[in-house]
Amino acid sequence: MSNTEFRAPEQENQRFRVRLALAAVLALLMFGAVLARLVWLQVMQHEYYRTRAEDNRISLAPIVPNRGLILDRNGLVLARNFSAYTLEITPSKVADLEATIDELSGLLEIQARDRKRFRKLLEESKNFESLPIRTRLNDDEVARFIAQRYRFPGVEVKARLFRQYPYGDMASHLLGYIGRINDRDLDRIEEKGQYDNYQGSIYFGKSGLEQKYEFDLHGQTGFEEVEVSAGGRAVRVLSRTPPTPGNNLRLTVDLKLQQVAEQAFGERRGALVAIEPATGGVLALVSKPTFDPNLFVDGIDPQHWDSYNNSPDHPLLNRAINAAYPPGSTFKPFMALGALTMGKRTPGQSISDPGFFEFGGHTFRDDKKGGHGSVDMYKSIVASCDTYYYRLANDMGIDSIAAFMAQFGLGARTGIDIDGEANGILPSQEWKRKRFRRPEQQKWYAGETISIGIGQGYNAYTPVQLASAMATLANDGVRFRPHLVSYLENVTTGERRLIEPQPIARLALKQEHIDVIKHAMVGVNKEGTATRAFMGAEYVSAGKTGTAQLFSLKGAEYKEGLVKERLRDHALFIAFAPADKPKIALAVLVENGGFGAQAAAPIARQVFDYWLLGKMPQGAAPEDNDASDSN
Amino acid sequence: MQVTAIRQFLARTFGVLDPPLTVIIALLLAYALIVIISATADFTHRLDQHFVNLGVALCAMLVVARIPPQQLMTLALPAYLVGLVLLVAVAVAGDVSKGARRWLNLGIMRIQPSEMMKIAVPLMLAWYFHKHEALLRARDFLVAGVILALPVLLIAKQPDLGTAILVLAAGVFVIFFAGLSYKLILPLSLAGAIGVGALVYYGEHLCADGVDWPGIKEYQKHRICTLLDPSSDPLGKGFHIIQSTIAVGSGGIVGKGWMKGTQTHLEFIPERHTDFIFAVMAEEFGLVGAIVLVIMYLALITRGLMIAAQATSLFSRLLAGSITMIFFTYAFVNMGMVSGILPVVGVPLPFVSYGGTALVTLCTGLGILMSIRKHRRLGQQ
Repeated sequence: MSNTEFRAPEQENQRFRVRLALAAVLALLMFGAVLARLVWLQVMQHEYYRTRAEDNRISLAPIVPNRGLILDRNGLVLARNFSAYTLEITPSKVADLEATIDELSGLLEIQARDRKRFRKLLEESKNFESLPIRTRLNDDEVARFIAQRYRFPGVEVKARLFRQYPYGDMASHLLGYIGRINDRDLDRIEEKGQYDNYQGSIYFGKSGLEQKYEFDLHGQTGFEEVEVSAGGRAVRVLSRTPPTPGNNLRLTVDLKLQQVAEQAFGERRGALVAIEPATGGVLALVSKPTFDPNLFVDGIDPQHWDSYNNSPDHPLLNRAINAAYPPGSTFKPFMALGALTMGKRTPGQSISDPGFFEFGGHTFRDDKKGGHGSVDMYKSIVASCDTYYYRLANDMGIDSIAAFMAQFGLGARTGIDIDGEANGILPSQEWKRKRFRRPEQQKWYAGETISIGIGQGYNAYTPVQLASAMATLANDGVRFRPHLVSYLENVTTGERRLIEPQPIARLALKQEHIDVIKHAMVGVNKEGTATRAFMGAEYVSAGKTGTAQLFSLKGAEYKEGLVKERLRDHALFIAFAPADKPKIALAVLVENGGFGAQAAAPIARQVFDYWLLGKMPQGAAPEDNDASDSN
Repeated sequence: MQVTAIRQFLARTFGVLDPPLTVIIALLLAYALIVIISATADFTHRLDQHFVNLGVALCAMLVVARIPPQQLMTLALPAYLVGLVLLVAVAVAGDVSKGARRWLNLGIMRIQPSEMMKIAVPLMLAWYFHKHEALLRARDFLVAGVILALPVLLIAKQPDLGTAILVLAAGVFVIFFAGLSYKLILPLSLAGAIGVGALVYYGEHLCADGVDWPGIKEYQKHRICTLLDPSSDPLGKGFHIIQSTIAVGSGGIVGKGWMKGTQTHLEFIPERHTDFIFAVMAEEFGLVGAIVLVIMYLALITRGLMIAAQATSLFSRLLAGSITMIFFTYAFVNMGMVSGILPVVGVPLPFVSYGGTALVTLCTGLGILMSIRKHRRLGQQ
């Protein structure tokens, strides 16, 4: 073996060297190929890759502006923002969501409702969004997660601005709430050309003022040019365009008054709208029951959602603007005013009331058996005499009634600055023609006009319409659009944009006629159906009770106890005070409350007492059970 | 007296060094150090570890360089057989990490038998051809083929495609240098070229979901397919190739400057101190830096092939030639995958990538080259 070297022939050695040379050539060629590739990448394509590297490096991060606050007329904050940490998962970056959440729950408390809410958000969202699994982490929880972060790719702690409604379920229907942006919101955003401005935003107003003033509250998004690492971590800030916070909303609403009104309802369902007659500014807008808007901000969990959505009390329904009710006897002052204006009646003109009115073979009954005797206009309102108005309606005719009432805004959206208003129904021949399909239904029968006179029949108005009509009457026929916002305030400049109280109509009414009606309404509270509710008041108020029949007893006597609670009549009350120089006008509705004087008038009394005298009531408004003989 | 003793000691220790090879390696390691400092900027303990690795590897080189080729020859068969047994043991009872069975737990330490095969296989083949030198027949090449195929298949099965390719290349070069007929080489290379060409051309169909490639693991198919079209998986496997290509391309002709590579320092380059360190170099030092590196490799290869050409025994010649070509294979496969012309297989950039195992293996190879150079006359005596 040791001699092998000598046995290798020179020829063999030569061949080997040729092969070595071939290997060297192979190496040269292959390295040449690599270098050619490098020339291509680094010289020919350099610009392209340089840009790609810059794009990698620099990311434009939107800075979400602070959402404007909502404050009541005295500056109490009704909706504010606070910064808190959330734990968010980007589903597209996580292989097994359930396993990841299970593992996270070993680290932080994750309740069943957090999971349910996350699943709901997941269904509604795009895959690349990051979605909160836990909100409002405390410092300890943040620290615990950060220490274990490497185990959870696609899970991050983020500092987010949250919306908070410090008064919980108070004023919830007028404030509304915000929630995560969905497809429909995106359409709205694009429609408004606000797409760029919503980069980074995750919330959008869903109802109430939050929805109506969304684009004012949102503000202008700022941008930050950030150098980021591959993991998306911001390394340093290269430039910054600060965001402009959204405008604050200053309301005409007085939260204390709102509170008094809401408490006056107790557990009862209903609505109240109180308006400042001289401006149309809404002082309180109540819809009971209420809901807690805080639950909606991060996506409501299914349990609460079901409890709201399936409740027979419909807490999410804004009864003040979205539900229409027959006005009952609260319609009578307007009927009387119409009669005076059209010359169909004079104030002193009396009728004799036998307790019923016959028309076309049908008997329309009065509440009071045997009738009210001789009834003039004053008495017709104070004692709420039906017969007077059966006859009057017949004399005026449906279309004259409709034309007169329309001036007060009844049966049409008032234009209040929250969405979801119902139209209500102001019946007329034309309305019926449009409403029904079959010819025999489309015809207006003269008999149908009779019960219109006492606010029954097809009549249906929203509480805000009734309140607005009341305010217009209190304001001597000068009608304002009801509005909740007094002005928008630019936080940085302090500049205010007033929502001008614009009179939208000056009704062609004679002051002497208005005074007749006002005088009669004062009588209602002094010596009429609402006397007990306003006993001992230190101001002069004017009102009218009403009861909207839901259940026709076909002539049988109405015995409250015999009728199921849900079928009881709705109690209504419209009023203003002080009578000579009205500062407040309102409409109260208590669903299934029975008589207006019994359930609704005491609520108005508490509201007036607070607004005019600053008196805080003790508990819910009492029910005046002795007032059951009036409507 | 003392001075003479020290001089004798130094002469004994460093006399085995081949001066040209030493200069080339010193330059290469210095260049590598500059790049590693940048690549490990956020993990300084890695830099300390790199110095330890270097020390161990250079010691290994010095020790191996003192072993004469005759003695290496006696090690060939035992080393190969032990390696083979360990590979089988790995296949049966190895530790699984990152989806591959590569490690063998010996209780006191974990070893990766495939790594030693990078040296043991060329050693074994060189010894085999040397033993049958008198008359090399087709049968001998067939046996050599089997000797090579066994470890390569075992390693590929683990799966460790990178190491399998390196072992395969080492063996193929031994067989090539031993004189495998050109009549066989030409058709084989042609078939290979056509195969690769077909893959590139029909890649779209072959990479469609549900198409199984016989004998190829799903992740390997995925790697090759991602190479053909990195954009098909921009957040997964393709991310590596896309980001390293961006790093290389954005480096331009002279680079962004040392420690100034944004792709490097913002963590866009995956495995930037190990397999993808070439991207760091190309980003910070540009085309110029890459050319300097390629020149160093060419110098290394040239010197290695010269040593092979001047070696006196067939064993030495084959071993030196094959080890030199392993260096080439390492460098080419790594630069090729980082610049996006080869699929991503786990092959480090020789003498540059951070990592002790590869460095020790490479320096052992270097030590063998030096031993062959040093003992070229001794064999004649």
